Amino acid sequence: MSTTASYESRLAMHRHRKRINNVALTLSLGAMAFGLLWLVWILIETVRMGLGGLNLATFTEMTPPPQAEIGGLANAIFGSLTMVGLATLLGTPIGVMAGVYLAEYGQSGWLGRTTRFINDILLSAPSIVIGLFVYSVWVARMKSFSGFAGVLALTLIVIPVVIRTTENMLSLIPNAMREAAYALGTPKWKVILSITLKSARAGVMTGVLLAVARISGETAPLLFTALSNQFWTSNLNEPMASLPVTIYKFAMSPYENWQKLAWAGVFLITVGVLALNIVARTLLRNKH
Amino acid sequence: MAATLPAQSPETASKMAERSGNEGSRAVVRMPWADALFAFVARACAWLTLALLVGIIVSLIAGAMPAIREYGLSFLWRSEWDPAEDRYGGLVMIYGTLMTSFIALLIAVPVSFGIALFLTELSPGWLKRPLGIAVELLAAVPSIVYGMWGLMVFGPILARFVQQPLQSVFEGVPVLSDLVSGPPVGIGILSASIILAIMIIPFIASVMRDVFEVTPPMLKESAYGLGATTWEVVWKVVMPYTKTGAVGGIMLGLGRALGETMAVTFVIGNMNQLNSVSLFEAANSITSALANEFAEAGEGLHQASLIYLGLVLFFITFVVLSLSKVLLAQLKKGEGR
Repeated sequence: MSTTASYESRLAMHRHRKRINNVALTLSLGAMAFGLLWLVWILIETVRMGLGGLNLATFTEMTPPPQAEIGGLANAIFGSLTMVGLATLLGTPIGVMAGVYLAEYGQSGWLGRTTRFINDILLSAPSIVIGLFVYSVWVARMKSFSGFAGVLALTLIVIPVVIRTTENMLSLIPNAMREAAYALGTPKWKVILSITLKSARAGVMTGVLLAVARISGETAPLLFTALSNQFWTSNLNEPMASLPVTIYKFAMSPYENWQKLAWAGVFLITVGVLALNIVARTLLRNKH
Repeated sequence: MAATLPAQSPETASKMAERSGNEGSRAVVRMPWADALFAFVARACAWLTLALLVGIIVSLIAGAMPAIREYGLSFLWRSEWDPAEDRYGGLVMIYGTLMTSFIALLIAVPVSFGIALFLTELSPGWLKRPLGIAVELLAAVPSIVYGMWGLMVFGPILARFVQQPLQSVFEGVPVLSDLVSGPPVGIGILSASIILAIMIIPFIASVMRDVFEVTPPMLKESAYGLGATTWEVVWKVVMPYTKTGAVGGIMLGLGRALGETMAVTFVIGNMNQLNSVSLFEAANSITSALANEFAEAGEGLHQASLIYLGLVLFFITFVVLSLSKVLLAQLKKGEGR
């Protein structure tokens, strides 16, 4: 009698556990769907609204005044490409060298440990604070907003990203390769340049691409460094337009033609950034 | 072989020594400074990162000095922000930043946990990679895209299908009706929080997935072997083992949410008010105040007060992110055992 009772209660217990399990797993599935929903929704809206505003004039015309008939984003696209390009050129060597220091010299010293810690914090630090910093050390001194200040701000965002990936990729290189090179009498700098960095090339490139993707969409650090410019300029001492800041300005405005251009800009940035991310990932996968 | 080797070896060895000596001295003669220079440059770049952090802190403190002198710490709880009268206090923005990040965490943490659980325990092998990439792409979408989408697409939908029904349901109910009051335009604290949540889900989820994966398979298999369900394995074996790491991931997400600028600026409404507790009322955050006002602020107390806000923000995120880093490092230490 008592055995049937305990059997019954165990069965109930079993059912109860099973039910909890099913509920939890269903919720987990729901969470996954929830996460993907936003990605899909945002992409669909971006494509739908973006393609509507996109045409040849977007690439050839300057940013228009409010309520103008024609107009494009040519100066903003050019400004973005210029600033992103220069910031990548400036930030990459610094980031790679600091990454080399962390992976090859300072694995356990205090400088290495501190730098690693600080770098991980800078990686997620609010980018608008970087803008404030560049404003006070450059813009306030020069008494003018300038494209170069924008480049500086973006450079400071590139560096931590490149440091992180470079260090990670270098530490994946087996020590046997370094030892083999040392055994042949190769000096350390040559071991690093022609053995370890060369083997980690794909990984370091991935880091650079991810950094480019990150800064292409950065708006906050440009707001009070490069500011914006309604006209074409290639002079780095003048305020310079950029795609994200232009989108911000246009999207917050009540003018329909501006909003349309903002969507076109959002479409361009999203496609560019996602493409860079996918390229970076395939690059890494082909390597490993 | 063994017999002939010793006979030859003295000669060969001396030759080799001679050759390697030559090589060595030649390399030294050619570039004696290369090694030192390379090490120096690498070290200098590492120092540069430290200098950057110090520079940021020093420049923020220096820039905020007029406001610090004027208000001291009382800046943190003064709610008045009046550029016309030149009187400033940061309470409204600090409240906005903390409140939006807090609500964002309330939404993002359970969802991220679910996603991490799905990716580590439920997903079939062939789906893991594409889903993982999809979640990471969500993290790569620039924040301005979220902002634009939130303002133009999501906000109106939230106002129409959530706020208005809630307003009619809660009409006359004392506290709840206050929480949902305000014009139904879809901008305000709740919109900002939801968009922040969407933005930080991928960060938290991918850290949680990574830390779940460090749980030794042996532990999980033992639990499964005793007849535990998947949920019991995750909740009673994986979670206790990876608790610190998971909290580290949440802190990382929080750090991101606190410092996020564009997505918040688009949808929070940028109004300096604290009169209403409504989740749908326009408010302001530190980042959106900076984004909106800094470029136009005249030098002097206005600018200094904005920089003071930036300093407060940097301080909060620094603490949160350090905590995240320490917690994640602790988990790694445990791995060795």
